[in-house]
Amino acid sequence: MSDYNFAYLDEQTKRMIRRALLKALAVPGYQVPFASREMPMPYGWGTGGVQVTAACLTPDDRLKVIDQGADDTTNAVSIRRFFQRTAGVEVTERTAEATVIQTRHRIPEHPLTEGQILVYQVPIPEPLRFLEPRETETRKMHELEEYGLMHVKLYEDIARHGEIATSYAYPVKVEGRYVMDPSPIPKFDNPKLAGNPAIQLFGAGRESRIYALPPYSDVVSLDFEDHPFTASKADHHCDLCGAAGSYLDEVITDDRGSRMFVCSDTDFCNGRQAEGHRGRLAAAKEVA
Amino acid sequence: MDGANMALPLLQVQGLTKRYGPRIGCEEVGFDLWPGEVLGIVGESGSGKSTLLSCLAGMQAPDEGAILWDGRNVLDFSEAERRRLLRGDWAYVHQHPRDGLRMGVSAGGNVGERLMAVGARNYGAIRGAAIDWLGRVEIGPDRIDDRPSAFSGGMQQRLQIARNLVTGPRLVFMDEPTGGLDVSVQARLLDLLRGLVRDLGLSVVIVTHDLAVVRLLADRLMVMKGGRVVETGLTDQVLDDPQHAYTQLLVSSVLQV
Repeated sequence: MSDYNFAYLDEQTKRMIRRALLKALAVPGYQVPFASREMPMPYGWGTGGVQVTAACLTPDDRLKVIDQGADDTTNAVSIRRFFQRTAGVEVTERTAEATVIQTRHRIPEHPLTEGQILVYQVPIPEPLRFLEPRETETRKMHELEEYGLMHVKLYEDIARHGEIATSYAYPVKVEGRYVMDPSPIPKFDNPKLAGNPAIQLFGAGRESRIYALPPYSDVVSLDFEDHPFTASKADHHCDLCGAAGSYLDEVITDDRGSRMFVCSDTDFCNGRQAEGHRGRLAAAKEVA
Repeated sequence: MDGANMALPLLQVQGLTKRYGPRIGCEEVGFDLWPGEVLGIVGESGSGKSTLLSCLAGMQAPDEGAILWDGRNVLDFSEAERRRLLRGDWAYVHQHPRDGLRMGVSAGGNVGERLMAVGARNYGAIRGAAIDWLGRVEIGPDRIDDRPSAFSGGMQQRLQIARNLVTGPRLVFMDEPTGGLDVSVQARLLDLLRGLVRDLGLSVVIVTHDLAVVRLLADRLMVMKGGRVVETGLTDQVLDDPQHAYTQLLVSSVLQV
């Protein structure tokens, strides 16, 4: 173990965060203020998510950390090591085996189950912020359910691009009440927010806000009657595992315009390859 | 408008008083506004006309008095009710279009915002209404996706008017709507306003220091000085036969070309 208290934060801080989490779960989609702490990492690296994870972890938990779906990127590796050192919990890359998953910008492809906790890192929790810069005003708008402004943003999208061009951080309405920013996940993941058996917690460290979706919440993506919401993704199959229905990253492979599309969820992609699925470029990769 | 509404004033203001510490903003102001009527409030700078208007429109809380809308005191409304009134039945045209418009949002979005705020969720219908209203204020449909920052001052003011009238309000507050515009643009705007007010049967409270504006638009006139109403009456009557010394001064101070 280490000289740190379990999971870095002291027990009183974790109690304070748990109180905020309980309130957030009781009022789905509502942004609960909390006394965000300085963490030993810069803002924007997931200080909010790390605090929520620290408050949720028990010694028996198995932690998975992903960044843009991948287990092996800097952000994911450093946060995973942080909790290995300060909490001594087991870690895993397998979605199905994890009890707590901290994520940045994705919901895992593998369906989540009851008992799992998904912790999101949130940069800007206020969905109305870029339209209305005043915090006093946005709070009032939430209080009085004045969400017409959110549709002004979608209107502007259609007027300029012919369709709703917002492709990530797509605003949703929770349980028919609060409009919520689902953190910058691609809108492809929005349908997975709704009716999810796992507990979904959102932590914004710099902005000191926590919000949550209890299991099986009603979550609706905002849209217009004549321009309905569509969960979009690149129109390709994964070049490594051949998956047709997973969210894809586009990877430029040389300076002559070659590119490949691969699953952004590395665990999902590796799992499929282990089962013997092969995509268009999988053979080339094996040769290389 | 049905007969029952015609029997009652749309807006009744009684004993409205607003003080800034020991100084008086406006004092003991009262009037009735009837459906389809345009009330002009004139006075010099510091006479309390802007204070009065902001109290009426709910931007400031008056210290005393009552504002009855459809027989109910607006000052007793909950904040939710008051804000619903402000985006539905009431509208407020600011002196500076920048205060009343979202400068980062296209003209169509500006006009559509009030519609979306009251629940419109059909893009085609919202856009149709925006084009219709831009047309009514003489802005071409090809400008619908331009931002207000690309518009001239007069166009911005007309856009602000379209944005306010799109939800069919019954009462419009206007604070110096022609201030800051050059005279030829002013004349066009006034002409447009007069047509809209007549066509839609709007009730309007218009605050200005420009007597020509009220001569053209207002049915009735209230002259304020030092926070108090010093004279009130039909517009032509007050302007042609001013009784109070201050009104006489005001009327005689108008520059003749």
